[in-house]
Amino acid sequence: MTRMNDNALKAENLTIGYGERTVIKDLSLDFPSGRMTAILGPNGCGKSTLLRALARLITPAKGTVTLGSDNVFAMDTRALARRLAILPQASKAPEGITVADLVRRGRTPWRGLFSPWSDADAAAVERALKEVGLEDMSERPIDQLSGGQRQRAWIALVLAQDTPCLLLDEPTTWLDLTHQIEVLSLVRERNRAQGVTVITVLHDLNLAARFYDTLVLLGPSGLIAAGSPQDVLMEENLMAGLGLSAMVVPDPITGTPMVVPR
Amino acid sequence: MRAMAVAFLALVLAAVLTLTVGVREGGFALLWQALTAFDPSDPAHIAVLSIRMPRLIAGLIAGAALGMAGTIMQAITRNPLADPGILGINAGAAFAVVIGSLIAGRADNGLMAALAFPGAAGAAVAVFALGGGLKGDAGPVRLTLAGVALSAMLLSFVSAIILARNEALEVFRFWVTGSLAQAGMRPLGYMAVAAVFGTALAITIAPRIEALSLGSALARGLGTKPGRIQLGALVAVTALTGAAVGVAGPVAFLGLLVPRLARRVGGHVLRRELIASAVLGAAILLFADTIGRIVIPPTEIRVGTMTALIGAPMFIWMARRLRAGASA
Repeated sequence: MTRMNDNALKAENLTIGYGERTVIKDLSLDFPSGRMTAILGPNGCGKSTLLRALARLITPAKGTVTLGSDNVFAMDTRALARRLAILPQASKAPEGITVADLVRRGRTPWRGLFSPWSDADAAAVERALKEVGLEDMSERPIDQLSGGQRQRAWIALVLAQDTPCLLLDEPTTWLDLTHQIEVLSLVRERNRAQGVTVITVLHDLNLAARFYDTLVLLGPSGLIAAGSPQDVLMEENLMAGLGLSAMVVPDPITGTPMVVPR
Repeated sequence: MRAMAVAFLALVLAAVLTLTVGVREGGFALLWQALTAFDPSDPAHIAVLSIRMPRLIAGLIAGAALGMAGTIMQAITRNPLADPGILGINAGAAFAVVIGSLIAGRADNGLMAALAFPGAAGAAVAVFALGGGLKGDAGPVRLTLAGVALSAMLLSFVSAIILARNEALEVFRFWVTGSLAQAGMRPLGYMAVAAVFGTALAITIAPRIEALSLGSALARGLGTKPGRIQLGALVAVTALTGAAVGVAGPVAFLGLLVPRLARRVGGHVLRRELIASAVLGAAILLFADTIGRIVIPPTEIRVGTMTALIGAPMFIWMARRLRAGASA
């Protein structure tokens, strides 16, 4: 029986540093199950560091991360990979690999070394390709795709991993606005259809407000605000976190807050 | 699948040529006779079975092993220039054997088997440490430079030792450029076992290496342990390279050429790529050896020289493409 909070991530008293430099200090945050949370903030504030710690790619100096009721740092590596997928920033594909061969590698945590390719594996890959709209290009080499298509192929890889938790590090960087919206829409479709918990590091405040349920705003010296887009995107928070002087008005299409720099 | 069949046919052809082409004419009929109705008093039959057959076996072991070692190394380093020759692993094995037999004062097959593998492993670890590979993803340019430097250094030590001891030219050729001549003297049995072990290990961990070739962060996200995969790959590359050097000396560039062709045959599924690398590696090495035996008779061009003749221009071409495309 799955409980409501099985796929919630919780950071408790996290302190993370690289060598002498402390990037995140005593941070506690809740990432609710089945919701989409965006982590925002200026460069160097530790957004990616936080995301990587949630996925156990870095070990914090202090504090813990729990997924449901399990301590992430005590879990079996493969068990964690079946519940949580992370797409790191700017991943590089092997030269000449096709979209399908790349996406198939997302099934790694579900497969033993000699287990044959199962129906479940095939179905997960097919569904992921369909969700990102690349089912007709699956045999194309990835280096022949456009930037937006390539990014969608990478997202298909983590979708094929078929986890209830999905972490994405700046998935829209380098994409034009149309493709940014395309990528975030397909992530939200997965979230709405399957109740997947999504946590994304993002730069664009207005897109975050449109697509995400919860925002986390980090500043140079720690957490500024966390909550609904309305609660987080307030003028004083933007000044404190980003040093940005801006007016916040309702988005004329969705009514979500829209940041207009002064 | 058709490409794989073509590769297999090429290997069979290369094997037949290795057994039949030579100074002593006799062709396929002689081979058939020697295999089916061996006559120990016929010198031509003895030539086929005691000279050509070991040469074929050595070529199969070295070619298949170097092809697979190159494919594993390119997958794990994400460096299209990775090759046991270029990255100094061949040279490490050769250096260990030559200096070991200098110290021990003997050069038997058992000693060679005991030294080639630690030599290969030591060089692999050293080149990764020098190339910055231990701290994370090694950049292709740094890793390649470190390998070329290490390889040049170790092979110049090897030449110095052999030349100082007034060894026969054939010994020098074997340990510096690689050769399939006098293959009957090599520890074919030991090295075949090592090559089979390396192959089995590589085939087993291939799916994990595929995950690692997406970068170590994503590999961990996919539930694999990069350190363990790297260790497994290191053991496999060491076994394969050590076996190849043991039977053919430090043949260069084969591990550079073969993986590119193997990808055309096997696609991006590493197990298929490995099988294709073994088949193509053996076929190319045997063809190169046969051509080297017939171009300027009665002398032979050693197979290591032949692979360098084909491989060096390829290396330059690939290095130029690398500079234009990828970052260091």
